[in-house]
Amino acid sequence: MTTGYDTAGLAARVAADLRDGWYVNLGLGMPTAVAAHVAPDIEVMFHSENGLMGIGAVAEPGQEDPDLCDAGKHYTTLRTGAAAFDSSTSFALVRGGHLDAAILGGLQVGETGDLANWYVPGGQPGVGGAMDLVVGSPRVWVVMRHTDHAGRPKVVDACTFPVTGRGCVDRVYTNLCVFDLVDGALVLTDLAPGVSTDQVRAATTAKFDTTGGTPWK
Amino acid sequence: MINKIAADVAEATAAVRSGDSVAIGGFGRAGIPFNLIDAICDRDVTDLHVISNNAGKDDDGIARLVRERRVRKLTCTFPGHPEFFKQYLGGDVELELVPQGTLAERLRAGGSGIAAFYTPTAAGTILAEGGLAARYGPDGEPAQQLPGKETREIDGTEYVLEYPLKPDVALIKADRGDRYGNLRFRLSARNFNPLAAMAAKTAIAEVRDADPDVVLDPDDIHLPGPFVAHLVRVAPRLDKVFAEREARA
Repeated sequence: MTTGYDTAGLAARVAADLRDGWYVNLGLGMPTAVAAHVAPDIEVMFHSENGLMGIGAVAEPGQEDPDLCDAGKHYTTLRTGAAAFDSSTSFALVRGGHLDAAILGGLQVGETGDLANWYVPGGQPGVGGAMDLVVGSPRVWVVMRHTDHAGRPKVVDACTFPVTGRGCVDRVYTNLCVFDLVDGALVLTDLAPGVSTDQVRAATTAKFDTTGGTPWK
Repeated sequence: MINKIAADVAEATAAVRSGDSVAIGGFGRAGIPFNLIDAICDRDVTDLHVISNNAGKDDDGIARLVRERRVRKLTCTFPGHPEFFKQYLGGDVELELVPQGTLAERLRAGGSGIAAFYTPTAAGTILAEGGLAARYGPDGEPAQQLPGKETREIDGTEYVLEYPLKPDVALIKADRGDRYGNLRFRLSARNFNPLAAMAAKTAIAEVRDADPDVVLDPDDIHLPGPFVAHLVRVAPRLDKVFAEREARA
């Protein structure tokens, strides 16, 4: 039985949906890998919520600048056309709807588009900019494994972890498939190579539609 | 004559007192006023309410304040440091967790005469509805929860009412400054630094470069002088990556 995309394949699948001229925030973890797969003939500017637009790859050894790190606190680089600003301006870009997409990791996505991605109760809470990103971005895309380390579904009827936002998710990319939220309901819009709808159904506790639904753009 | 340039970090930070609320700029290691933090540790200032994005990285900066148990309460977005979590889960320090854009705006509002503001961020979550543990008891169970916040529907969207932060002191780091307190930051080291300074009654800046005889060009200034009480020129504390690189060169 195939498990669909590997990490690089999933990142490439997400990157294939980015469009020329977009401003995009990439969250920590799996979303970070998307940057390396952007088509060479388009220009996408990546936002880092600590006050940068237009970050490039993580700095190579010897290339680090002490005043230049990304939201994951790694030394980073800037591409042509980059801008630096304070945290208030950075979140004006986010909340004000000036980015084209926010791509976040996820613990759980609920069937009406709720996202939980910041806290497992009893553990170590840390929200960063996630709650700002999900309310402000016109496209909220979640990238995650379809099931957790114990094989439990992560696309669920209702989130059991504290949510980051309600009804905020527009699209979910997993190693098995792509779901779009259409009128507040999940629609299966793409399958990873070799993965069947039944396999998705077996690994998902959320209700989802497999027909109708125009893929959301 | 206006001259806000202090002779050394001890003079610059003399106003900081035990019990103060202290906004500290920086994100990752960029823009952290390491030298000012060391100066207040050297004076044994304690019982602080620290307002910052993180609980520090590595062993110095805010992580030093936490490790030396000088922090009573931390208002932040992403603590991210094992020593902080040990003290939080052990009931030794209070946490006020705030979304990052809300933290930035609460500081900006605090320095701008704004009494409160509505933001859509966190609507429908426990950070608006209340319930996250603010403090744990000695039994390891939550002893105090963050309270719920007022909400209001405006044009069909739910918004959360947020109040400004007005710390006693800000400790910030800038790249360049002049004797008028005008400051310029560099790249991602700007982050919360200007906002922390705006919000605080007394803002203190460590600056890589400040010459008493040179003023910044008016158009090159990111934070104008009235927001800044004291600045001190001091060599930035660099990550070991840079020390190793310098040693090789």
